[in-house]
Amino acid sequence: MPKYDIIIIGGSAGSIPVCISLLKALNNNNDIPVVLIIHRMRNVVSQLDMLLTREVGSVKITEPEDKQSITKGKIYLAPQNYHLLFEEDHSFSLDYSDPIHYSRPSIDVSFESAGRTYGHRVLAILLSGANSDGAEGLSYLTDIGASCIVQDPSSAQYPTMPSSAIALDKKIRIMNEEEMTTFLQEL
Amino acid sequence: MNNVIGLNPKPELSSQAFEQLLDLLHHVYGYDFSGYSKASLLRRIYKFMETHEAKDGKQLIQLLAGDTSVFQLFLETITVNVTEMFRDPGFYKSIRENVLPILATYPQINIWHAGCSTGEEVFSLCILLHEAGLLHRTRIYATDINASNLEKARTGVLPMTHMREYTLNYLQSGCTGDFSDYYTALYDHVLVHKEIRDRVVFLQHNLVTDRSFNEFQLILCRNVMIYFNKQLQNKVLKLFYESLSSLGFIGLGMKESLLFSEYRSKYTVIDGSVKIFRKKN
Repeated sequence: MPKYDIIIIGGSAGSIPVCISLLKALNNNNDIPVVLIIHRMRNVVSQLDMLLTREVGSVKITEPEDKQSITKGKIYLAPQNYHLLFEEDHSFSLDYSDPIHYSRPSIDVSFESAGRTYGHRVLAILLSGANSDGAEGLSYLTDIGASCIVQDPSSAQYPTMPSSAIALDKKIRIMNEEEMTTFLQEL
Repeated sequence: MNNVIGLNPKPELSSQAFEQLLDLLHHVYGYDFSGYSKASLLRRIYKFMETHEAKDGKQLIQLLAGDTSVFQLFLETITVNVTEMFRDPGFYKSIRENVLPILATYPQINIWHAGCSTGEEVFSLCILLHEAGLLHRTRIYATDINASNLEKARTGVLPMTHMREYTLNYLQSGCTGDFSDYYTALYDHVLVHKEIRDRVVFLQHNLVTDRSFNEFQLILCRNVMIYFNKQLQNKVLKLFYESLSSLGFIGLGMKESLLFSEYRSKYTVIDGSVKIFRKKN
């Protein structure tokens, strides 16, 4: 049985290349759903799902629709301009309330919701970014015993996001890109 | 659970306390939230608990049971009233290109905008209809559960803050006019012109409990049903199905789908990328 029920990767500016290597590292994972929360512009056509699918190569990355079931082995990308939440029956719910840290989707919102639903069986990873979204959510996940990893700020294109998480939680696990990919390959 | 690291642990609501809370809201205050999406309802309840320093269900229920004014604040926190003009410009573009030419063949057009919040999307639709020369023979019924939203909407006054973004949205929606012709700026607010708004009737309507009140050629209900669970979504979709005329259109939010509903086979997909459907004959 896998150690985690869900893997959530949050990132913003500078996170997409790292995200692609992590997804490639997860290549053989057929058991755990993966959810990406990546900040994007709103009201601007984005084809990030297609770009990621092309770059990762092996699996189709899709934006879930409201109340869609979360399926093992699938990779989901949070849709633009909605917060993404997790229901007890393991389906997605979308939420259009105010942005958090100027962000919708907000990483904090999804991290906390995942923790409320999946408890300690969440693996959360926070990557490069230019604001502090994700830090609070990660600290909540640590509190409830979930596994959390932060990209080493010195290896991040924009260190603010991982640094904010480390500032809130000094004991959080820090890894550079290579360490993260090795970790994921060994899941 | 260990709360060693968090200095301010997040509030917790047990399943039992959540049920008690729903019961209180229903039987004391008359609001039935039992068909709402639990994840997003909980998120907003937790937000309220954090602001009001209620650590658990017991403290929250004590707060709410004791004071009607606290309940009003609670209700404002847990209902979402976020909206914008020409949200998802591609949706409006598709309405303009795929729906309005067909609506133009009707002598009188009835539209229901369900869950209109403070009116921003209603005014956007009015501008589309105006530019297509259809507004004068259209009646738009814009409804919301929240009376204070409707009061705001009726004034036609919007904060200036977002007008720049709205202008960009307007330009992307394939509109043909000049956005600034439709409003007058008043210090930090704008007033949407009366001739754009005067075909709209704002009415209070609760999708959970109220029935249909007319027959429509177009129903818009965008980003409202995301707050409902699947059962309630199906109930509301039934209400919409029964309120649409034959070959009428329905427009939903960009990530809302008929896919998981019982109504999937009863509609033709007009534009799947922006969620516009047409009732089969």
